Amino acid sequence: MTVDLAASAGRARMSPRRRARLSRGVQYVVLLVVLAVLLSTADWSTVGQTIFNPAAAGEMLDRLPRAFLNTVTYTLAAFAVGLSLGTVLALMRLSSVAPYRWISTAYVEFFRGIPALLVVIAVGYAVPIAFGIALSSIIAVAAVALGSVSAAYISETLRAGIQAVPRGQVEAARSLGMSHTRTMIQVVLPQAFRTVMPPLTNEVLLLTKDTSLLFVLGQTPAYFELTKVGRDALSTASGGLTGLFVVGACYLVITIPLGIVARRLERRTGGHA
Amino acid sequence: MTADAPRPVVRVSDLHKSFGEREVLRGIDLEVQAGEVVCVIGPSGSGKSTLLRCVNLLEQPTSGRIELLGAEVTDPDVDIDRVRTHVGMVFQQFNLFSHKSVLENCTMAQRTVLRRSRAEADRVALANLERVGLADRAHAMPAQLSGGQQQRVAIARALSMDPQLMLFDEPTSALDPELVGDVLGVMRDLADAGMTMLVVTHEMAFAREVGDRVVFMDDGTVVETGPADEVIGAPREERTRTFLQRVLDPTHQSPTG
Repeated sequence: MTVDLAASAGRARMSPRRRARLSRGVQYVVLLVVLAVLLSTADWSTVGQTIFNPAAAGEMLDRLPRAFLNTVTYTLAAFAVGLSLGTVLALMRLSSVAPYRWISTAYVEFFRGIPALLVVIAVGYAVPIAFGIALSSIIAVAAVALGSVSAAYISETLRAGIQAVPRGQVEAARSLGMSHTRTMIQVVLPQAFRTVMPPLTNEVLLLTKDTSLLFVLGQTPAYFELTKVGRDALSTASGGLTGLFVVGACYLVITIPLGIVARRLERRTGGHA
Repeated sequence: MTADAPRPVVRVSDLHKSFGEREVLRGIDLEVQAGEVVCVIGPSGSGKSTLLRCVNLLEQPTSGRIELLGAEVTDPDVDIDRVRTHVGMVFQQFNLFSHKSVLENCTMAQRTVLRRSRAEADRVALANLERVGLADRAHAMPAQLSGGQQQRVAIARALSMDPQLMLFDEPTSALDPELVGDVLGVMRDLADAGMTMLVVTHEMAFAREVGDRVVFMDDGTVVETGPADEVIGAPREERTRTFLQRVLDPTHQSPTG
């Protein structure tokens, strides 16, 4: 018995293509309705007054460049520490020496588990009390506090990246007489970093936003980062929440280009075998 | 290396290797003399790749003794990196460094291990790429090459270290049939030039024509060994005969357990 599809064409159900088109049409309509409801229910005069108030935004303009620069600086300092410490921790985690593995595991579990805010407070206030050494600048606190938290996450990411490098790559390098360390540096790590580029970008973005936690240190205006400036604007100006929205936009000015650069970099270094 | 004429390049005695409960090698004895081409054949799972990988310690033997170029590699205090410098290895999956160009693949170990200058390393690498017919692809990335080309680069990479011995682990098994010939051709040239080679292969024609000696392995032991023509042309052992029949005439098989 052969199947004759032509004969049964008359009572065939809707074709997959038509079904997909219909369902997409429905989704667009729903989207438009939601948007229309949102726009029509908002109280636009109040919004202009307290959320997007141009006068209030203008008032804080002179403090923004400094804060912007500070945020970027704190991020870079913390990332430098996070990346180097994270790499060491990842290598320790994969070491054949058991105590190294224990130390690394304990570190990661600890710093992943406690809020970054607590670490910032600890480094900012507890460490000076306990050890009698005061970290001289906010940059140092940012690097140590946010860097050590970030290192925990980066080490886990990087460990996955290292483990994703095919065993054959290591075997090829070792069979050429390269030592374990040489193989790590020249073959494994470069390939691992390439693999973890996307999650590493994430880590930088999270770090950028985490610099807002540094507000608890109550610094002098020269060290203010974006969120601190935004919060101050809340209490002084009459612009309501405008300050927060302005600094929010500033964060996007940092993070969106970063995402684009990372995507470029990824494409350029791509081409896995 | 000192030229003690009778000393073999490879001497394996009573080699055992287990993975957990499973004993993969059950007492292997094997010698390879300088300039000799020894081909190891046998069914999959017979332990031939494991044997090869034990020779340069990519696998740690469970017991037994292996000497390479006069050094005992089964000695726990052996400087294995130094021994491996003199032993080239070619893998089934090529294993070219995917983040490095063809030329860099061939120069990396020369620079870091042999401490050659960049100019010297480049010169040696290009000469060896020339030898495998790929000098014009020196600046390509591995992913841009065909499997056969990648394998020839892998051979050039190993040769760039001026090895005394070359180990081949099923070098053509991952290749499309029409690309096998290029790689075997390079290996034949190498053999003709006097290289000492230990080759695990399924290419019976290659084993017969290029191999000086063939070792047939089954179930972790050496079943039969002798001149290539004898072992492949007129095997003495029943197991060898069965295996060769299955390999040489695969369309006339009835499935067996």
